[in-house]
Amino acid sequence: MKNQYDIVIIGGGPAGLAAAVSAYDSGVRDVLILERDEQLGGILNQCIHNGFGLHTFKEELTGPEYADRFIQQVRERDIPCLLNTMVMDISPDRVVTAMNRCDGMFQIQAKAVILAMGCRERPRGALNIPGYRPAGIFSAGTAQRLVNIEGYMPGKEVVILGSGDIGLIMARRMTLEGAKVKLVAELMPYSGGLKRNIVQCLDDYGIPLRLSHTVVDIEGKEHITAVTIAQVGADRKPIKGTEERYTCDTLLLSCGLIPENELSTAAGVQLSPVTNGPVVNESLETNIPGVFACGNVLHVHDLVDYVSEEAAKAGAVAAKYAKGEIAQADGKEIALHAESGVRYTVPVTIHPDRMDDKTVVRFRVGDVYKDSFVSVYFDGERVQHKKKRIIAPGEMEQIILTKQSLDDHPDLQTITIKIEAE
Amino acid sequence: METRELTCINCPMGCLLTVEMDGDTITDISGYTCPRGKTYAEKEVKNPTRIVTSTVKVTEGEKERVSCKTEHDIPKDRIFDVMEAINAACVEAPVVIGEVLIRDVAGTGVDVVATAHVGRKH
Amino acid sequence: MFDVIIIGAGVIGCSVARELSKYNAKILVIEKNEDVCSGTSKANSAIVHSGYDAPNGSLKAKFNVQGNRMMEAVCRELDVPFKRIGSLTVCTEAELLPELDKLRERGEKNGVEGLKVLNREEVLAIEPHIGDEVVGALLAPTAGIVCPFKLTVAMAENAAVNGAEFLFDTEVKKIYCDDGVWHVVTGDHDYTAKAVVNAAGVYSDVFNNMVSERKLHITPRRGDYILLDRAAGGYVRHTIFQLPTKLGKGVLVTPTVHGNTIVGPTAVDVDDKESTATTADGIDSVIAKSALSVKGLPVRQVITSFAGLRAHEDGHEFVLGEPDDAPGFFNCAGVESPGLSAAPAIGVYIAGQIREKLSLTDKADFVAERKDILNPATLSLEERNELIRREPAYGTIVCRCESVTEGEILDAIRRPVGARSLDGVKRRTRAGMGRCQAGFCSPKVMEILRRELGVDLTEVTKSGGSSYIVNARTKDGE
Repeated sequence: MKNQYDIVIIGGGPAGLAAAVSAYDSGVRDVLILERDEQLGGILNQCIHNGFGLHTFKEELTGPEYADRFIQQVRERDIPCLLNTMVMDISPDRVVTAMNRCDGMFQIQAKAVILAMGCRERPRGALNIPGYRPAGIFSAGTAQRLVNIEGYMPGKEVVILGSGDIGLIMARRMTLEGAKVKLVAELMPYSGGLKRNIVQCLDDYGIPLRLSHTVVDIEGKEHITAVTIAQVGADRKPIKGTEERYTCDTLLLSCGLIPENELSTAAGVQLSPVTNGPVVNESLETNIPGVFACGNVLHVHDLVDYVSEEAAKAGAVAAKYAKGEIAQADGKEIALHAESGVRYTVPVTIHPDRMDDKTVVRFRVGDVYKDSFVSVYFDGERVQHKKKRIIAPGEMEQIILTKQSLDDHPDLQTITIKIEAE
Repeated sequence: METRELTCINCPMGCLLTVEMDGDTITDISGYTCPRGKTYAEKEVKNPTRIVTSTVKVTEGEKERVSCKTEHDIPKDRIFDVMEAINAACVEAPVVIGEVLIRDVAGTGVDVVATAHVGRKH
Repeated sequence: MFDVIIIGAGVIGCSVARELSKYNAKILVIEKNEDVCSGTSKANSAIVHSGYDAPNGSLKAKFNVQGNRMMEAVCRELDVPFKRIGSLTVCTEAELLPELDKLRERGEKNGVEGLKVLNREEVLAIEPHIGDEVVGALLAPTAGIVCPFKLTVAMAENAAVNGAEFLFDTEVKKIYCDDGVWHVVTGDHDYTAKAVVNAAGVYSDVFNNMVSERKLHITPRRGDYILLDRAAGGYVRHTIFQLPTKLGKGVLVTPTVHGNTIVGPTAVDVDDKESTATTADGIDSVIAKSALSVKGLPVRQVITSFAGLRAHEDGHEFVLGEPDDAPGFFNCAGVESPGLSAAPAIGVYIAGQIREKLSLTDKADFVAERKDILNPATLSLEERNELIRREPAYGTIVCRCESVTEGEILDAIRRPVGARSLDGVKRRTRAGMGRCQAGFCSPKVMEILRRELGVDLTEVTKSGGSSYIVNARTKDGE
């Protein structure tokens, strides 16, 4: 096996695929995708619902169809992929150690590495839900795999905790497959999922969404038999006397996604405590030169279209890096600050001399804001001020910075993004 | 006069739409930020439709289920009729993406197509 | 007819089984759950006490100190992870400092070696995250940590290799002695033996009371724990106990042999012998109390919480050996903390008594050594590649979080007394024990279990009984 590549991409899901295609189209032919599953496409393969691709392809596709579009592009370019291959380690000097059944454990020196490992679900343990620990409790994504890929039903009477998109989607999937979904309980006073999913997955089937509610007890020693839910106060602690018991044989958890950065951490990549993803600059480059990140490993996205867009950018920059075409930063680095409702920004820093004509800055908010403004400040000066009818934590927001505007402000130190009432 | 509140689902904006009805006649639609929102509101009130996605049984395949969808949207009140037909269907591998699995599902005039490939069992 | 029937395949039952398997004897272990290590042995602090705590002259003191001394050799023989990391019992109130000296004296009388009372500076030097209130501590260098799953599994496996039989999913309904022969009645069988060992944990009073007038009363004492991610590992270096104050007994904070951190337990007496549900109050109190001894513990990095039941006997003491009115019936009852520490010594003691009673002879071909499931991470790149060439299953990672290969999982299932459930695989290989808590690997492990056990996926369970994971195929028709 070849032990040197210009670009090694860790993960063959939507981010890795788009990054590979873009790197290739940017002139680097020597690209390798390492994928742990038996097929390319990542989590999209189990997301058999529609709603993907409206931005990218101007049509509504299902997850596997969206993945297939990119898989075809990878095939057309003859980009090599190693399937069933687990990356075990990435060193700071970009030696990737991976393993599979056929090739054993092997090492590849890469000029550039693109991290595209995606994210995982927050498990029950991390939620500290009291009660027994019986069978029948699944993260929503695990249940999604069992139902959609393996073709098995976890149960017939379902309660869902957490209104993340996968939970909402699974409420509909389980209903269509003949199960009774009794309710979706959400700890927060708003849903973490997309509006369209609340309408099409819950409202359509008369499934109640109980905001500010959580599971306070799980019954069943071997298999789950019932849960108790209760309303929570502003402190998110259960309010005594509001308990309601629901019999069920399945509890699905959809309580958040966590970028999967164990490999990044081992490589010395610095992570943001807010996103749990790498801290990156305008080139989506981590603190380790030549190591780039995109997709849900960088920050959890709401739409796969944005993952593809971001990954294409990462692929293009990694190609430049591998070809030695990236301008050395001249030392000028502008910091991006997230303030007043804005939880984080990706990227976190911008080198004006290295940026394209436009840089997309993505962020999420920490609360629901109605009729508010997204404002961008260049130091003290407000340069953007855009009214939004609604800004919600479940949906990713973005602003665009032009190179021109930064060049017009040569003394600029800090760009601040905030939510303002007026 | 009747007022119906809807959430537009065309994009993540999720615009809150208000439709004023006089019997079967729409007298006013407000709250949309793009023309698709207005069209959605009209349709959702008069003739709501949905795309249905599920899986179909596969024989002789590397996998035992293939994901599928109704090629176009079908009337919302026919979802469970469509599911019944999908549950009863069975297809022999290989299956290719876009392949018609059920023609004119449940008399809706819409086909159910495969949304993934399933190779034949070796 | 068996020579010995052991009721219960926890760490005590398995230790007795292994010790007895050194003799020429026909041994049967009956367990009501689907696997070994399914009760108290699976949910405890995973520590080996030094033995200073139990009253002088008590069985608890004697067997704890003996077990502690034996643990290293037993774990070496059975290839079980054990680390003698030492314990610190911290005192947070100056007026209680003399208590540390009392504990040291008690410990020394129990035969514990190396006990030393440290002042705050000395504690800080060896345990930097110690709480601000800590004014001193008792250092017990002989204390250690062990993997209770691996210890129990290893003892069972080794007993099986040496001829002991195991019967799972089998509840003992009745025991009686008729004409010198013991009858152990399960749902559909009447097993007979010359001797019976009662190692039934929280149920040991039930079986004792079936055969003896020396009635026992066990109270299941529930303890809630939290387990922290390995990313938070190394925060404490010793097992940190709290010296009891007027506010109560406190909780311990300890590393595990696998690099996680355990915090707990609470102590709540319950009626139900299966009541292993955690409570919000319990978890909250564990977290709150831990702050007293350890500062800034990253409790947000909790990956799971669990509760275990300790078999507390009214006499606050282990009940070991034959009641005077039931010869041939050997109790291992009331084995609560320090039961795990004492397990090797209790095994030797009970097996010795039975050997004498039944005049058992030594087994010439006893196999003392057992190798644990191979951990490929311990191999060099070349060795690992050689292994994968030979056994490709070692090239497939099933559990990402703990880097567990298919090869290890197959080994866990195929061994004697092998895993038959997700939890069984988890306890033997750690697959599913990491930070994603089996989100990714459970469908894969289910598939391997299905294939290996030759069952339908709907029959694969989390932990036996009715703990099925999926209950029907989609599109199955009604």
